[in-house]
Amino acid sequence: MTDRVTRSASTTPPAPAGGVVPPPTEKRKKRYSLLSRRDRITLWLMAGIPTFLVIFFILLPTAASIVLSFTSWSGVGLDKIQFIGLKNYTDLFTIYKPFWPAVSHNVIWLVFFLTLATPLGVFLAVLLDKNIRGTRVYQGALYMPVVLSLAIVGFIAELMYAPEQGLLNNLLGRTAQGNQISWLGDRDINLWAVLVAASWRQVGYVMVLYLAGLKAVDPALREAAAIDGASERQAFFRVVFPVMKPINIVVLVITAIESLRAFDLAFITNKGLNGLELLSTLVTNNIIGETSRVGFGSAIAVVLLAVSVGPIIFYLVRALREENE
Amino acid sequence: MAGLTAPWRRSALVALGALAIIVSACGGGATASPSASASAAASAPPASVEPTESAAANLGDTTLGSNESDAKPKAAVAAIVDYCQTKAGIKVKINTTDHNTFQNQISSYLQGTPDDVVKWFAGNRVRFFAAQGLLSPIDDVWAEIEQYQTPGLKAASLGTDGKAYFVPVYNYPWVVMYRKSLFEEKGYTVPKTLEEFTALGDKMKADGIVPLALGDKDGWPAMGTFDILNMRMNGYDFHIGLMEGREKWTDPKVKAVFEKWAELLPYFQEGAPGRTWQDAAKAALVDKVAGMYFLGTFALEQAGDAASDVGFFPFPTLGTEFDNENAMDAPIDGFMMVANPKNPEAAKAFLKCAGSPEAQVAYVTSPGIGSVAVSPQADTSNYTDAQKNDAETLKNAGKLAQFLDRDARADFAGPSGMQGFLLDFLNDPSQDLDKFLGDIQTYYESLPPQ
Repeated sequence: MTDRVTRSASTTPPAPAGGVVPPPTEKRKKRYSLLSRRDRITLWLMAGIPTFLVIFFILLPTAASIVLSFTSWSGVGLDKIQFIGLKNYTDLFTIYKPFWPAVSHNVIWLVFFLTLATPLGVFLAVLLDKNIRGTRVYQGALYMPVVLSLAIVGFIAELMYAPEQGLLNNLLGRTAQGNQISWLGDRDINLWAVLVAASWRQVGYVMVLYLAGLKAVDPALREAAAIDGASERQAFFRVVFPVMKPINIVVLVITAIESLRAFDLAFITNKGLNGLELLSTLVTNNIIGETSRVGFGSAIAVVLLAVSVGPIIFYLVRALREENE
Repeated sequence: MAGLTAPWRRSALVALGALAIIVSACGGGATASPSASASAAASAPPASVEPTESAAANLGDTTLGSNESDAKPKAAVAAIVDYCQTKAGIKVKINTTDHNTFQNQISSYLQGTPDDVVKWFAGNRVRFFAAQGLLSPIDDVWAEIEQYQTPGLKAASLGTDGKAYFVPVYNYPWVVMYRKSLFEEKGYTVPKTLEEFTALGDKMKADGIVPLALGDKDGWPAMGTFDILNMRMNGYDFHIGLMEGREKWTDPKVKAVFEKWAELLPYFQEGAPGRTWQDAAKAALVDKVAGMYFLGTFALEQAGDAASDVGFFPFPTLGTEFDNENAMDAPIDGFMMVANPKNPEAAKAFLKCAGSPEAQVAYVTSPGIGSVAVSPQADTSNYTDAQKNDAETLKNAGKLAQFLDRDARADFAGPSGMQGFLLDFLNDPSQDLDKFLGDIQTYYESLPPQ
């Protein structure tokens, strides 16, 4: 008797204003939901299609790369894939000469961004937050490199750093044969030259992110700090900075990702040879073109993936933990 | 009111999403030709040639993929296509892509929907794609053009299965180029032996001129120096054996080559790893900042108006038993046909025409080209003086190698292999050569078997 009552009750929607979903019982066959059928289909489509795209274009190729890293394959003909176990990895760590320089260059890139580019961006954001005269002009000028594609930044860098006709050598007066500084050709300094060009872009990027975060800080906090007699520096480091914790984390993760992703500038300059080796250029040089060592390139890519997953997991753990708080 | 607008917004979003999916599915996929993909600012836009009046038999349209994006070679490709369109009664649409982009994407290009005919390089570079099954054998084309070729050309056009895959059109020797007016002005003479060469280098240095220009930013120009020194010191057979893996890089003969090179390095331009070969050509052939330049004669394309003043001589002999071989690098360029062309008859007609001496001459007599036709029957009357010199040099040369990155396997010669190793050597020629050569040999042995 009770079943029939509950079943018949489920066919008519209840009237409660708050839209409370009644608790399900074991015998209930039809799930109770506020959403109409059309809504549900819409939701499935809107969530499902992007998920499908992510799985198909990102997750499946990632899994395929991991699998391919244990093979030797020239990239043509699926029947020619040969499994060779860990040989790619042992070759990579012991025989392949550009590997460890590439790892160290990626680390240098990360440290450079973390200690110089990002703090400079934060500093500029704090300065521009003061609403000085012309703040919009400064913001526009500093943000413009971010709008340029990295290929263009690479092209500009090549023009600036050219040994005979570049701006830098001409300003320094060192354009004569034998007296030129080869900014992009000398393997001891070209990484730093490229890092400066990359930072030109990174500073603007970080600045805009941080500025947006600073605008959201409650002005009452700053007033309270001022009343308590804090100096500018103390106000920033003791009051504003801790409050900006979510933005700080985002900026840190973005810095880490941008430095691990570093590729365009080094590749445009000289295909990642002669001092500009990076894990990403190694992957490209091994897979693209006639080299076609797909298995070996995939092994390098898996190393890059393993290194990149660290900051991502860190970020996700923090984000989810904050959600549960 | 809210009840009216909310469903409208939702359905608009769904419609937009569906439209996006449809558009992305219909748009060009990953198999578009390299000219369709995004490339750096320096890439040339695709060019197409309007067909001229066709002869009696009209076999239809075919397409040609070309990597010649610099102005003069691009015009030369148009010249040979024009000639063959008229002679063979076909229409050929040329799709040009930026030089480096084309080569970087060649593998995915050939696996996708490539043009019917592709301009490419002989030797291992065509053999690799033939072995992957990405090219059509063209023995029937060779049956007709064999009369115009030499056995050496045939050998460079064969795949590992013995079938022909390539039609050679032109080649160019690697020689030492110089400005004749500079030599006259300073009283220099063309050196024949290494002693004369180093004496000339010392004289040039005293005059404030860099003896030899060098631009190794792309990684491959330095290979020419290695090739010629190895062939002079150890002979053509040893060199080819080394390229094909029969000899080892740890052999003391190879060490001797690098030691000799380290001795000669003071005569080369400094800062080579940061300089492109085009800039080095400009320094030697246009600005006269450097006295000589050792490269393929395609460097003449960079000389502009000064091209008529450029002379050249083969790299000097080193006084070894192999001097009589007169060996040099002379890479061959030409055309190949993909595995599934849209119009095989028209493509083969084009290839048959391209293998004939007249078509080859049409290419090389295009203004500014420094290469020469490969066929011994080519009519050299319209050659520039430099090209006549070229043809003479090639005729007098004994053994011709293709060049390191065509004689050796591509994964060994590429950016992760020899290009990086040679740059390392140029940066530090006094390093421990045993370790250096050991690294090269270990890398070679770690490559998968072909």
